[in-house]
Amino acid sequence: MGSIFAFFAVIALVLIAFVGVSAGNMQYLFGVVIPYAAMIIFITGFIFRVLKWGSSPVPFCIPTTCGQQKSLPWIKQNKIDNPSTTIGVVVRMALEVLLFRSLFRNLKTQLSEGQRIVYGEAKWLWLAGLAFHWSFLIILVRHLRFFIQKVPVPIQMIEGLDSFLQIGAPLLYITDVVILSAVTYLFLRRVFMPQVRYISLPADYFPLFLILGIAATGVLMRYFFKVNVTGVKELAMGLVSFINPDAKLLEGIGVIFYIHLFLISIFFAYFPFSKLMHMGGVFMSPTRNMVNNSRMKRHINPWNYPVKVHTYDEYEDDFREKMKGAGIPVERE
Amino acid sequence: MAKFTAKPDELAKIDFRPPRTGWMDTPVEIKEHMFCHAAKPKELETVGFPNAHEWRPNDEDWKLPENWERTILEGMKDLLGKYRSFRLFMDICVRCGACADKCHFYIGTGDPKNMPVLRAELMRSVYRGNFTLAGKILRKIAGARDLTVNVLKEWWYYFYQCTECRRCSVFCPYGIDQAEITMMGRELTNLLGLNIGWIAGPVAACYMKGNHLGLEPHTITSSMEFFVDDIETITGIRVNPTFNRKGAEILFVTPSGDLFANPGTYTAMGYLMLFHELGLDYTWSTYASEGGNFGFFTTNEMAKRLNSKIYAEAKRLGVKWILGGECGHMWRIIHQYMDTWNGPADFLEAPVSPITGTRFDNAKATRMVHIAEFTADLIRHGKLKLDPSRNDHLKVTFHDSCNTSRGMGLLEEPRYIIKNACNHFYEMPEDTIREKTFCCGSGTGLNASENMELRLRGGFPRANAVKHVNEHHGVNMLANVCAIDRAALTTSMDYWVPGVSVCGVHELVGNVLVMKGEKERTQDLRLEPLPGKEGNE
Repeated sequence: MGSIFAFFAVIALVLIAFVGVSAGNMQYLFGVVIPYAAMIIFITGFIFRVLKWGSSPVPFCIPTTCGQQKSLPWIKQNKIDNPSTTIGVVVRMALEVLLFRSLFRNLKTQLSEGQRIVYGEAKWLWLAGLAFHWSFLIILVRHLRFFIQKVPVPIQMIEGLDSFLQIGAPLLYITDVVILSAVTYLFLRRVFMPQVRYISLPADYFPLFLILGIAATGVLMRYFFKVNVTGVKELAMGLVSFINPDAKLLEGIGVIFYIHLFLISIFFAYFPFSKLMHMGGVFMSPTRNMVNNSRMKRHINPWNYPVKVHTYDEYEDDFREKMKGAGIPVERE
Repeated sequence: MAKFTAKPDELAKIDFRPPRTGWMDTPVEIKEHMFCHAAKPKELETVGFPNAHEWRPNDEDWKLPENWERTILEGMKDLLGKYRSFRLFMDICVRCGACADKCHFYIGTGDPKNMPVLRAELMRSVYRGNFTLAGKILRKIAGARDLTVNVLKEWWYYFYQCTECRRCSVFCPYGIDQAEITMMGRELTNLLGLNIGWIAGPVAACYMKGNHLGLEPHTITSSMEFFVDDIETITGIRVNPTFNRKGAEILFVTPSGDLFANPGTYTAMGYLMLFHELGLDYTWSTYASEGGNFGFFTTNEMAKRLNSKIYAEAKRLGVKWILGGECGHMWRIIHQYMDTWNGPADFLEAPVSPITGTRFDNAKATRMVHIAEFTADLIRHGKLKLDPSRNDHLKVTFHDSCNTSRGMGLLEEPRYIIKNACNHFYEMPEDTIREKTFCCGSGTGLNASENMELRLRGGFPRANAVKHVNEHHGVNMLANVCAIDRAALTTSMDYWVPGVSVCGVHELVGNVLVMKGEKERTQDLRLEPLPGKEGNE
């Protein structure tokens, strides 16, 4: 049910942009006002959420240790999965953020016939997740060409690599294919794996459909319904340099572009209110970003407060005679 | 309550198909043998917990205090402000499901609310409904729901079906740790007096008497007397432990379970023999006679209150440093919490082994060393004379405790000791050991008897891995470094893998330790004949 709701929500968004631009002639709203609003919401919302997390302290040193601790000099420490230095943590976090190290550990646990539990490889989620996130990033970087007058060399290189499997013209970007396949896989596993379907909320399907919509409109625009690319670049340059575009420029770009841009705007505006914030959150996770050195260096809890304890004196008062009877030394006879 | 009688074959038939109704629309069913009895009000009052009252989990009416919803929501707000982990873990889960089949309770029950992700959603849904804009506006579409009596019962039921083992957090791409969420859930249920007897009893006992079992000082010395007698029978040597002795170099703290129940008692005998042989200047304490800390399974504050005794006693006795025995959650606490709570331990010295001169730099602030670190160092320096052939009748495997593996990283030290004390050591399958180890099924104060089905189901994955090495290598001894393991795994093995015994690592050491002036050994620490040595007498 969640998936159907999310699907129609995205369809509705597409229709809003389509009708708004083609029937309502609201190019200015969809091309200027909404993108600006979305970016403002994204930036302030993102910062607000991160500050909100940051406002709660980390009272205890609680890394999840996934390897041998540093103890005796002759025992080989796992310096990455159980880091005792900041460098170790940096490497651990880099592997986590760039390569999804923890997800790579994934196993499939199954109960076989003879009541045996068997553990199998389960790398598809890791692969699809990695493929999706990296293509998303590369696509985002590629789009910088619209915001910079002279396309910088690194971006040209990325474009060149991304399109080395040239199929006719225009060049086919590998990332376009990868992102569509990966997101489709991520959607299908939500639908077809009973456990994953059971835990999925509308808020899990919605971003998937939204991203599918963004990628699909992008692909359609590039390969099928051609839009005025020069106009798009002029608009984009204008937006980043706060120059108000004229009506003629806005009208000269095809409607598909506005649908694409509207979905992107929704994506960014939705971001701070959603699970997509895992992008910022992963860096702040105390089980991953802390040094496992809590016996070497005292970790301070800012809200540590004195507590009521049962003191030794009270204990001795309770048991003095019994202690003396058992030959245990006491403070006061 | 009817006695739990299900056979292993029945229990191992697990249905993993989720119910037809969505989880928010599937009300919790509090099932017999899956939960613990309620705490007695008196025990909660001993430590000053709020809203202590008589209630029963399977009653319709839990006799909740007035305005309980407000108590919970204000409690949540407080905890969200105190713990970044909690706030973050409420927000960033993407429900990828990687954690789902990593939980021993999910594997053993097939109940989807035992998937860590869903156990967390039980609380996230209330968080969203009350603390997030999207949840307040979009309600169910945003995965939000109201806090109702049924939701509270669901929290209680499932937060006391989690042993805070952290296995899920190893696999989570953001390191979301269900243990943190369960801890918050238990903090909140404790605001309403909804604790369980198996936790509240030991907490009250530990607070007043110094240990979970409520052993009074003279009982501790007399149980130790039994060990001393047994050691003399076995070795001909009379060891001489001291209690509350001022001026000792080292304070030794271990879980009280090892002073009371088999097979932990044999581990305690192992300690006594080792320390005697080394001539260690150490003392036991009857005031700080508990390394474990069931307070940790209630509230952070309670855990700190119980833990305070260790440093207080070390200071009173004027020892140089502290040595800690084999225990799981005790070491999570000593490693990750103690110094923060009750430090700095500036009245102690950085620990140095008096035998080898090794400085334990990894414990230079907390000033407390794990006995496995201590003994591994002794063996490495050749300070112990060991005769591993005495353990030749044992085929040993090692169970990593959740807390020492995922909340510390003590993996190789116990293995090194076992390999030096035993000639036959076999590892369980790779995906069930070290950081991927499975819980015994009875941690966090769930080792009661009325919840036996839960414990056996939770212990199923571990038992299954033991069964594997039992069948392939004839493994008959499951070694571990945790007092709860020693109690819980014994029950689990009897049920799932009969014929496999359970022991602490230092029982194995005690067996093979060649002590100066000892007589020819014919018995092991269990006073059972040593195979091949019976004829020598």
